[in-house]
Amino acid sequence: MVRMASWAASIILVQEGLEPNFQMVCRDRNRLAMQSDIMGAYAHGIKNVLCLSGDHQQFGDHPQAKGVFDIDSMQLISVIKNMRDEGKFQGGAVIHEPPKMFIGAASNPFAEPLEWRAHRLAKKIEAGVDFVQTQCIYNMDIFREFVKQANDMGLLEKVYLLAGVTPMKSVGMAKYMQAKVPGMDVPDDLIKRLRGAGKGKVADEGIKIACEQIEEFKEMKGVAGVHLMAIEWEHKVPEIAERAKVLPRPKVE
Amino acid sequence: MVKGQRKPIDEITGALEKYSNVLNIGCGGCVSVCLAGGQKEVNLLNAELESIYKQNNISKKIEGFTVERQCNMQYLDELDDIAGGYDCLMSMACGAGVQYLAEKFPGKPVFPAINTVAIGIDREIGIYEEKCRACGECVLGYTGGICPVTRCAKGLFNGPCGGTNKGKCEISNDISCAWQDIYERLKGQNRLDDILKIKEPMEWKNQTQRTIIQEPYMKRYT
Ligand code: SF4
Repeated sequence: MVRMASWAASIILVQEGLEPNFQMVCRDRNRLAMQSDIMGAYAHGIKNVLCLSGDHQQFGDHPQAKGVFDIDSMQLISVIKNMRDEGKFQGGAVIHEPPKMFIGAASNPFAEPLEWRAHRLAKKIEAGVDFVQTQCIYNMDIFREFVKQANDMGLLEKVYLLAGVTPMKSVGMAKYMQAKVPGMDVPDDLIKRLRGAGKGKVADEGIKIACEQIEEFKEMKGVAGVHLMAIEWEHKVPEIAERAKVLPRPKVE
Repeated sequence: MVKGQRKPIDEITGALEKYSNVLNIGCGGCVSVCLAGGQKEVNLLNAELESIYKQNNISKKIEGFTVERQCNMQYLDELDDIAGGYDCLMSMACGAGVQYLAEKFPGKPVFPAINTVAIGIDREIGIYEEKCRACGECVLGYTGGICPVTRCAKGLFNGPCGGTNKGKCEISNDISCAWQDIYERLKGQNRLDDILKIKEPMEWKNQTQRTIIQEPYMKRYT
């Protein structure tokens, strides 16, 4: 699906006084374009960059497009770290004004092989990631296990982990996520609970579940924050934040 | 070996439309092994074309000739006395063969009759699976003999991605996730250390045409 370039949308957010998280996928750009965009984004006051592989081009409405995948997300992280810390492009040329990016990546605690997930996070940390956002969390047991393993490996002292929260709007959405979205783990119990909420109350139950999760994440060792993705429900974010008692937002200098 | 698949018949008849005297040239190499462009396939295609032309009252002469390999000039030389009698050539070889044939007869239109698809293996008779993209920087040694460039839909070097789905690739439940397979194989060999290390960005070597000179021949050719 074609969307406005993330750097462009991020510039608008900067102009609005917000701090955007600029996203970059390896599917669409080669290393030259990526580094060039990072320089441009930084020049426009963008300070965070999320490095993703990107969903395969086969999804969406341009399935025959050529995927670039010149470098992968792991390599992108190290390229940006090298730009920032060593002041060098991947090809070795010196950068006079290195982009001081805060580097992010994704982590999916639910993708098999489960025992490999923390190791993959370790690799991303070694590559130079500062923060990670997890896949939407529905299976809390597996997530707790993942956090425990990452804590045991000493990983969560080295990276800010943001737990992914996406409230369910409907039973249909939950079932779709369970069956159709790769790398998503939606337990049957959750669907049961949503169904049990009864007619007209499912969406509210979804928000309630999300708020309970956020409460638990606030206390969880190694979890630095939450990544709230209210998919096609963006206008609900203030309400969810309010109900999860994460307002007002702290000032970050 | 190289694997190919015959083009749709309409595309072939379309290409030959303007010519009345066609030589269809097969190749006894890889494309013969994968049943796409050997002598047998030349005969089959010619018979199919003849019947189409007959049905439509089109007069056209189609003849066949299969050489040992179209990727070697020595074998193409066999065509010296034959090709002149035709107003176009059709090749059932891979893209390399087609080009070498066209290079040999620069005055003659040359049309490919097959699509060159892959470097692959024979799963069963008639079933071939792509295995190699000829990237020029073989990494199989550290990926348990499973190619991430060919088999991973995103060509990841530090996989698996977050879309891996119970052993399957995010793009389809019919395709196994290359990185899950790499993981399992290396785990079985106690070699997970190989993929704990970050693999640096690839130095792509297939972005310009490559010529290979084998070491013992270096002196002779450079
Ligand atoms: S699911 Fe596996 S094979 Fe498919 S793109 Fe991701 S890592 Fe590659």
